[in-house]
Amino acid sequence: MAKQVITVDPLTRIEGHLRIKVEIENGKVTNAFSSGDMFRGWEIILRERSPLDAPAIAQRICGVCPIPHGIGAVFALDDAFGVKPPANGRIIRNLMLASEFIHSHLLHFYHLAALDFVDITAILKYKGIDPKLNKIKDWVKSDVDAGIKSAGAPFLPRYEGDYIKDDAVNIAAIANYIKALEVRRKAHEMLAIFGGKIPHCQTLFAGGVATQLNLERIISFKSRLAEVKSFIDNVYIPDVIAVASLYPDYFKIGKGVGNFISYGGLPVDDNGKMHYTSGTYIDGNIGDFDQKSIAEFVKYSKYSSGSGLYPSIGETTPDAKKDGAYSWLKAPRYNGKVVEVGPLARAIITYLKGTDSDYKSLIDSALSTLGLQPQDLISVMGRHAARALELSILTDRMDEWVDELDPAAPVHTKFDIPKTSEGMGITEAARGSLGHWISIDNFRIANYQAVVPTTWNGGPRDDAGNMGPYEQALIGAPVADPKNPIEIGRIIRSFDPCLACAVHIVEGDREILKYRVC
Amino acid sequence: MLISRKKFLQVSAGSIAGVALSSLWLPKLLSAAGAKNGKGRLPVIWFQAQACSGCAVSFLDAEYPSVDDVLIEVITLEFNPVVMGAAGDMAMDVIDRMMAEEKGKYIFIVEGSVPMEADGMYCTVGEKDGNPITALEWVKIIAANSMAVVAVGTCAAWGGIPSAPPNPTGAVPVSKIVKDKPIINIPGCPPHPDWMVGTIVNVLKYGIPELDNLNRPVMFYGTDKLIHDNCELRQYFDSGIFAKDFGDKGCLYELGCKGPVAHCDVSTRGWNSGVNWCNRSGGPCIGCTEPFFPGGAGSGLYEKLPAVEVPGLEKININANTVGLALGGVVVAGIGAHAAARMIATKYRQNKEEKNRDKGTPYILKEKEEEEDK
Repeated sequence: MAKQVITVDPLTRIEGHLRIKVEIENGKVTNAFSSGDMFRGWEIILRERSPLDAPAIAQRICGVCPIPHGIGAVFALDDAFGVKPPANGRIIRNLMLASEFIHSHLLHFYHLAALDFVDITAILKYKGIDPKLNKIKDWVKSDVDAGIKSAGAPFLPRYEGDYIKDDAVNIAAIANYIKALEVRRKAHEMLAIFGGKIPHCQTLFAGGVATQLNLERIISFKSRLAEVKSFIDNVYIPDVIAVASLYPDYFKIGKGVGNFISYGGLPVDDNGKMHYTSGTYIDGNIGDFDQKSIAEFVKYSKYSSGSGLYPSIGETTPDAKKDGAYSWLKAPRYNGKVVEVGPLARAIITYLKGTDSDYKSLIDSALSTLGLQPQDLISVMGRHAARALELSILTDRMDEWVDELDPAAPVHTKFDIPKTSEGMGITEAARGSLGHWISIDNFRIANYQAVVPTTWNGGPRDDAGNMGPYEQALIGAPVADPKNPIEIGRIIRSFDPCLACAVHIVEGDREILKYRVC
Repeated sequence: MLISRKKFLQVSAGSIAGVALSSLWLPKLLSAAGAKNGKGRLPVIWFQAQACSGCAVSFLDAEYPSVDDVLIEVITLEFNPVVMGAAGDMAMDVIDRMMAEEKGKYIFIVEGSVPMEADGMYCTVGEKDGNPITALEWVKIIAANSMAVVAVGTCAAWGGIPSAPPNPTGAVPVSKIVKDKPIINIPGCPPHPDWMVGTIVNVLKYGIPELDNLNRPVMFYGTDKLIHDNCELRQYFDSGIFAKDFGDKGCLYELGCKGPVAHCDVSTRGWNSGVNWCNRSGGPCIGCTEPFFPGGAGSGLYEKLPAVEVPGLEKININANTVGLALGGVVVAGIGAHAAARMIATKYRQNKEEKNRDKGTPYILKEKEEEEDK
C-alpha cells in the first residue's frame, strides 16, 4: 500500500498552535513531525525590565497554566535575591500552584481530551429529567430539525471513529463535562482567594506572596477544596477508569520514548523536602536528576544559532524560513536522551523511588482494578490515569497544608534587589517539569529563559535525528481512516500540549555564568 | 438602545453591596434575547493569533450566565480552537463555510496580537493546499467577511506584551490590520468574563454598545470606572496609610499600584465569581486594561506612579489632603482626591511617553503619538 501523508493543522483542543504531520503505511504511522507554529519572544521582552516584573510577565506566557510560570519566576528571584519566604508564603504558593493543577487537569480531561472518546450525539437519545441535559438535547435537536449546518457547534463537526457506544456512559460523560466546567471554575476561585484573580494572578513576589491572609480566606478556600476533592475522587477518577476500561488498546498505543524526568516540586517544609519527587527513569534505570545535564538542540528548529551548545556560548536568533527546520520548539535533551515529562513521569518516578507510599498504593489499586501491570501506564490511557490519580493525592495534601497557615504570621520577607545576580527556579507544572533562569545586571533583567514541559514533549528531532516524545508516541499507531485520523488526536492530547509555553528563545549575547542549560 | 446610564449606575451601586453585576442584568438580557435555535443566536468565530489562551480560559469562567448557557442561548460558537470538536482541514472548512454562507453576519473574535515581521510567519494557524496560512493573512480575510470584530484581551486590543519593546515579531493589535470594520476592544489581561459575555449579548440584543475613543465599551471601562475612584482601599489613601511591603495593610500606591490611571470595573465587580480582585488581594493593580501595559523596556510594573508636581512647589506625595493644600490651601478629601487622580493620570501618561521615547515605545502609544504629530 502506498505511503500516505496526513497533516493535522491546526490540532485543536490544546493550548496554542500545533501542527502534526504523519506518514502512514499499511494503516500504521511510520513517520511523524510535530511543529510548534507560533513565536513571540517572551524572554527578549523581559530583558532590561525590573526583576520584580518577572512573575507577572512570565505568567502571561500561558493563560491555561500561568501559575507554574509565576512560581518558576519567584523561585528564580528568591534564589537571585537570596531571600527565603516565610512558611505562610511557601504554603500559599503551593496552594495556588496545586489549585491550578486541579483546574488544568479537569479542563484537559473533560473539555480537551474527552471528545475524542465520548459520543456527544448520544444526547439526542437522552430520556431522563435532568433539566440541563434536556436543555442541551433540545438545543442540538432543534438545530438538527431546522437543518442548521452548525448544529452542535463547537462540538460538531468532528472526526468520525470508534466513539463509546454505550449511551448511558456517553450521557454521564456529557453531564460531567458541564459539571466539570463548574468544578474547574471553583478551582479558579480557590486560586483567586489567594491570588486576587486568575488567569494571571496578582500576588506572586520574591520573598513570598502579597496575599492578605485572614481566617475568612482560609475557610473559604478549605470549603471549596472539599467540594472539588469530592468531584475528583467520586467523578473524575471513576470517569477516567470507565473510559480507560472501554479502550484497553490505548494502554498499548502511544507508549512513546519510555524515558522520564521530573525536576520535583512543591516544597513541603523549609528544608527542601518536596511533594513531587525529583528523579530520572532512563533506559530502565532510576536515577537522580541533575539540571546540568540539560541541553537544547536546534538543527530542526527555526533558529539560526549553534546547536547542542549551552546558550551562553552561541547567539540564538529566530529564523522563520530556516532550511529544513519545521518547528519553533527547540529539542531539549537530558544527557543527550529524549525524555518525557509530566504527570506520567511523576507517577513512574515516585512509584519506582518509593517516595510516597500513599501515591504508590493508589496507583497499585488502579492497576489492579484495570488488571494491568505498572509498565502499561506508559501509554495514552496511562497518562490520563496518572493525571487523575495525582490529583487525589495532591488534594489530600492541600487540606493538610491549608491547616498549617497562620493568619497572624507574615506572608512575605523583605528583600533588596541586588545590582548583579543570578537565579534558578525549577518546579513541576501541571504538564511537567519547568525551569526559569534569570540573570540580573545593574538592577535590571539581563537575561531570562524558560524551559517548559511542552518543549520537552513536543519538540522536534534533535541533531542526531532522534524524534521528540510526541513523534515517537505516534510511530506504529494505527490510523483506521486517513480522512478521520482520530487516533492522532488521542495520542497527542494525552500529553496535554501547551504550545504558548513551549516556544522560546534564548538570546545568548549575555552570558549566564552559573546555569548553562537549555 | 443602550442600557441607560442611570439604570446602569443603579445596578453598579447594587454590585458594591456584594452582588455580582452580571447576575443582576445579564440573565434578563439573556431571556430577552430568548433564542432557542440557530436563527436567534449570534454566529461567532473565535480566533487565536499570538495568544496565551488566557482570554478563552477566562471566558470559560463565566458564571451567570455560565459558558454552557452562553453556547446554547446566546451565540453559535462555530470556531474556537480550545473547545471545538474538529481539527485540521475539517476545522479550516468551518471558516470557509462561514465566510461563504454567513458573510457579513458573524462576529469575529480575535484573541492575541498579530505578528507582521517575516511575512507573518511567526504565527501560522493552519494549512491550505500544503501551504501554511499566517495569522496575518487570516485575520484580514475573516474580518473582511464579518459583521464586526471584537478584539478580546490587551494583546488583540493594544498589542500587549508581545508588542512591548523591542517587539521581536512586529506584533500589532487587530486595529492595525483591520480598517474597514467596526472593532470593539475588550482589553484586560485577561478580560473579565462578564465584559466579554456582556458585550456579546449587547451586540446581539441592542447592537454595538457605546464605545469610548479607544473603542472600549463605556459600560465596563468608562471614566467613572477608574480603579482608584472605586477602590476599597481608598480610605487608606485618603488617610495617608500606605503599605510599605507586600502583605502590609494600606493603600498600595507605594508598591506601584496603577489604579489611579487604570479603567475597568473589577473593583466593584470582583474577579472569579467575586471572591477577590487585584487590590483586595494585596497585589497592586498593574494597569492591564490600559494601552500602556506592560510599558517599555526600562519601566517597571511596580514602579511608583510619579508624584504630582505643582508649579512653585517641591514634589509632594500623592495624598488627597496635601494635594488639596497645594492646590489652594483647602483640605477637601473628596474633591481633592478626584482632582489628584486626574492629575496623576495625566502626569503618568506624560512621564511614560517621555520615558518610552528613550527606551522604545509600546506599539499602541507610538501609533497615538504619530497621530498626534499629524
